[in-house]
Amino acid sequence: MAPRLPQRSARPGAAGARLGTLLEVSDLQTHFVTFGGQRVVKAVDHVSFRLREGETLGLVGESGSGKTTTCLSIVGLLPRAARIVGGSVVFEGEELTRMTQRQLRRIRGRRIAVILQDPMASLNPLFTIFRQVAEPAFFHQQLRGGALRARVQHLLRAVRIPSPEWRMRDYPHQMSGGMRQRIVGAIALAGGPRLVIADEPTTNLDVTIQAQYLDLLKDIQRETGVALIFVTHNLGIVAKMCDRVAVMYAGRIVEQAPVRELFDTPRHPYTRALLGSMPKLGCKDPLYSIAGQPPNLADLPPGCPFHPRCPEALPRCASEEPRDVHRKGSVARCWLLDDVVSDS
Amino acid sequence: MSSAILEVRGLKKHFPARQGLFGRPTWVKAVDGVDFAIHVGETLGLIGESGCGKTTTSKLILKQETPTAGMVAFEGRDIAGFEGKDLKAYRRAVQVVFQDPFSSLSPRMRVQDIIAEPLEIHTNLARAAILERVGEVLGLVGLAPDVAPLFPHEFSGGQRQRIAIARALATKTRLIVLDEPVSALDVSVRAQIITQLEHLQRALGVSYLFIGHDLATVAHISHRIAVMYLGRIVETADSDALCARPLHPYTKALFAAALPSHPDDPPGERTIGGEVPSALSVPSGCRFHPRCPAAMPVCVEVEPRLTPRDGRGEVACHLY
Repeated sequence: MAPRLPQRSARPGAAGARLGTLLEVSDLQTHFVTFGGQRVVKAVDHVSFRLREGETLGLVGESGSGKTTTCLSIVGLLPRAARIVGGSVVFEGEELTRMTQRQLRRIRGRRIAVILQDPMASLNPLFTIFRQVAEPAFFHQQLRGGALRARVQHLLRAVRIPSPEWRMRDYPHQMSGGMRQRIVGAIALAGGPRLVIADEPTTNLDVTIQAQYLDLLKDIQRETGVALIFVTHNLGIVAKMCDRVAVMYAGRIVEQAPVRELFDTPRHPYTRALLGSMPKLGCKDPLYSIAGQPPNLADLPPGCPFHPRCPEALPRCASEEPRDVHRKGSVARCWLLDDVVSDS
Repeated sequence: MSSAILEVRGLKKHFPARQGLFGRPTWVKAVDGVDFAIHVGETLGLIGESGCGKTTTSKLILKQETPTAGMVAFEGRDIAGFEGKDLKAYRRAVQVVFQDPFSSLSPRMRVQDIIAEPLEIHTNLARAAILERVGEVLGLVGLAPDVAPLFPHEFSGGQRQRIAIARALATKTRLIVLDEPVSALDVSVRAQIITQLEHLQRALGVSYLFIGHDLATVAHISHRIAVMYLGRIVETADSDALCARPLHPYTKALFAAALPSHPDDPPGERTIGGEVPSALSVPSGCRFHPRCPAAMPVCVEVEPRLTPRDGRGEVACHLY
């Protein structure tokens, strides 16, 4: 049995009280400005979603759909060329987009943690595992000496690193890929965060190691009640891990729904296409292939950005951008649904 | 079973290694006794985790490495003896598509030159005839012939992979080794490439060796599947039979680790622990025994042999 991880808030019955809103992103717009302001790339375009305590949101999309930029906007780690030009990010009642980097540093690593795709790039090869896992506890909780060592061992045990008292003296290169990613997980948990943003954390891992890691994340979530944003292009991971899903295409959320609803009754043609193109075990039916290529954000088609690839496109899709159509906890952005709604 | 286009028997490849500056020289047993056959017009899926020897096996088949022991036979003839004309004929018949189409296509060559290169080497067609063939294979993979003068950077990942497939097809190829051909592609494009490959096989009768680690993808495209673990094949079976009832505990573990296709899919049994051991120190007996949930005392001692299993394929496990 793994040791229990620290819980920040002493809420009664952490699993039961899952109603409070932890993070609310409204109408977020992040633009990249290139060539001295001559070209604007709308990497995140009016994105809104809400995450409750202890909930897992899957952010799904292909490369260049704005998943990562959305996450980096939340934690204020955008590259220089990118600007948040509108919208808000409210985390535990505080507006993050207007905070200074100094204020954000007190939130990142402590209340919001980020796990990135490549563990080798997020670990410093020159420092021992101990030093890297200890850093958040050293800065945020001011732990020193024996207390700090005990804390690091506790965290490593929580991510199932065998004999942590020895392994914490190792350097990243002495660990396997799966172990490194678990170390990154331990660093993320070190500050006792309420939200972990995991950006494709298992892309570089083998299938059995990936399954171990996903199971571990689920266990940790059950123990600590931490909320997760899971960025991925893999719908299988979404099916396994997530409560809600937001599907992104060309910087927008085209559909957002509870996970079962999305798999059972996908409403946006892009979601349907993604689900149809996913090979299923034991099923040899031909795959549905989406025509064309993912769009170039610097040169988006007018109207709905998916219309050139959409098998159900209407004439108006090429000229007018669809708006959000809400229905019972799910949102989709498509003209087809708009007509259905206005007809009924 | 006489229609095997390629047969691999007892294939081994050991690389010399030294642990530490003064350490004793040892061997990395990347491929350690592999047998399988690929039949005409068939897709054999080779599945396994990183470090299990999939890529080394493909290099041995492509004659980029010489085997330590065992043999690869193409249409009944050992490829080890191929030289000169025979080797050229072999290279013409067997081609490869790599994982990453961003590094496998030269950025300085036009698409027509990339595809024409094998034709210039292997045929004595005139330039006009070569260009005609280039247009023909571009059409086969679903690209317009007028993209021929463009450079690879002008294409997306999926289109580049199509170009790589076109190059592999150019010389009227009989067998294509596909080394994780869709892993680097966007999800919406993967299905396009898989469907295209299936279509090409039906149209041209070409055989594939499809190397991958994603069970669902490999199972979808393959007729038969060989599961590899630490340099050895642990199970081979028809794709449908394997999906319906995997036998080897490692195959079962792969299925348990496979991601669900729907949130309501029953979660697999708890996945196996541990990681693939280093090929430097292969465990005694059955290579899988340290991670195997069903390991018995005999598994530590005796290495199980790949034995036929009532017409469904072969499995190397003491349980059967």
